Amino acid sequence: MGYLYTVLTTLIINAIAVLGLNIILGHAGQISLGHAAFMGIGAYASALLSTKGGLSFWFSFPLAVSISGVIGFFLGLPSLRVKDDFLAITTIGINFIVQAIFLYVPFFGAALGIGGIPKPKLGEFVFKGEYYLLIVFAVLLVGAFFSFKFYGSWAGLASEAIREDELAANVVGINPVRFKLMAFVLGSAYAGASGSLYAHFMGFITSDDFGFPLSVTFLSMLVFGGVGTIRGSLIGAFVLGVLPELLRPLAQYRLLFYGLLLLLMLRFCPGGLASLVRLKK
Amino acid sequence: MLWQQLVNGISIGSVYALITMGLAMVYGILRILHVAHAGIYTIGAYLGLYFFEATGSLSVAIFLSMSVCALIGIAMQRFVYYPLLRFPPFVPLIAGIAMFLSIGEICRLIAGPYPLSFPAVVYLPTLNVWGAFISPVQLLIFIATLLVLLFQWFLTSKTNLGLMMRATSQDMELAESSGINSKKVIALTFALGSAFAALAGILVGINYNQVYPAMGDMPAYKSLALIVVGGLSSVPGAVLASLLLGMAETLLIGYAKIPLPRDALAFIAMIIVILLKPQGLLGRRG
Repeated sequence: MGYLYTVLTTLIINAIAVLGLNIILGHAGQISLGHAAFMGIGAYASALLSTKGGLSFWFSFPLAVSISGVIGFFLGLPSLRVKDDFLAITTIGINFIVQAIFLYVPFFGAALGIGGIPKPKLGEFVFKGEYYLLIVFAVLLVGAFFSFKFYGSWAGLASEAIREDELAANVVGINPVRFKLMAFVLGSAYAGASGSLYAHFMGFITSDDFGFPLSVTFLSMLVFGGVGTIRGSLIGAFVLGVLPELLRPLAQYRLLFYGLLLLLMLRFCPGGLASLVRLKK
Repeated sequence: MLWQQLVNGISIGSVYALITMGLAMVYGILRILHVAHAGIYTIGAYLGLYFFEATGSLSVAIFLSMSVCALIGIAMQRFVYYPLLRFPPFVPLIAGIAMFLSIGEICRLIAGPYPLSFPAVVYLPTLNVWGAFISPVQLLIFIATLLVLLFQWFLTSKTNLGLMMRATSQDMELAESSGINSKKVIALTFALGSAFAALAGILVGINYNQVYPAMGDMPAYKSLALIVVGGLSSVPGAVLASLLLGMAETLLIGYAKIPLPRDALAFIAMIIVILLKPQGLLGRRG
């Protein structure tokens, strides 16, 4: 059972990050290839607050989420001046630079990373195994519910308008920068939540955990599941998260399979799995 | 010492230039970020090594590898990128990343995960230019880059074909309506860019005497930053940015004690350029 809980917890942690990416890409139409950096920021914030700051999970988690959101704001402010391809490359750059800072600055544990991150506790009770899974699942539910509410909200509709036609949205009085930035901050906060949960789950983090390949994985999950829908984000995170576990016997060919699958998906069904489901209805 | 560092920097920059040129050409014509370009660079190095071991001649190996990679490049645009052009730009971008991943994996599965040595001997002299030594491989890199640049300059500014390429990259629909076969021009662009990337792969393989599946990883992302610095679709800008970065990287390792890895430098430069001069060093505005 321990294996199952570990796999499920990891899946859900990824799904939370993908939900955040969906707000940035699916809603506001901004490509981010640096999502793992914000997960890393959440993870390092949470790790530092709980090891060096001595805070419990119940304080470090919300603080980590807010810190990721704030850093998302300050990194998004210059990045969102550029569009599409420029933004994709800029966010790749953010990922590499954030990772380099974690790796080279001694305050962040440098090459050794940060260890001894405590599990959440309530009195004497320690949340581990299936109990940690419950916490993670609760965060996913809250995140999905908030995403759902955001869809119907005025701000959600405004950012969708920007995705469809930025100029037209601007003409009817929607400030593109403001709503793009809002989507970016929200998405970063989701990534931060996911990172904080990851840090307290693993107990040990290094800069390698939040590299560019992870950003690509998140984007792949979102695209595979279907950009712009909550169910797409969840389906993508779960299918692409479970596949490596099922393909463990074929470990040699796993990445190749993953790459080709993604390629075929994009080539023949760019709407992702969610669009297939819709077609059948 | 400084002079020697500069020579080394220019040789690294020349290789970057060979890779980045293709990327800038492709961006200019299709407005897509061709991440799989660095995959072709890896394939080029492996094919070069294979043909070199099969034929024993470096020049034949370079020629064959460049030709095969040109065909691979054409196939990529024909079967993957072209049908994806009508989707938002992140779709071809991710398709490129997926191809890039797959290529690295195929190379790893076929040739093994360990670096292979590239035992080619370059029959060129070691030059001593004002106290700086230019190794035979570096000399080969300089000659090859110079030839490619001359060829590219001649093609784009002196021939009819080059005029067609420029017209297509300015406005594909207008070019088509004036009788240019844009499909052929796109194919040619990919073929040329891919051949240059293959050449870069072989030169790097010989220079460091190793060819390995992940050798395209850093060039893949660095060249993206470089075309931004150069001005996305500007080939001269891409070449200039590559040479500058090559020199900056070697000087940074040689002199500065900044606790940042040299690989982050390209991205820092890129972010500064985006903030100060978003159209790039030699790019057109708008």
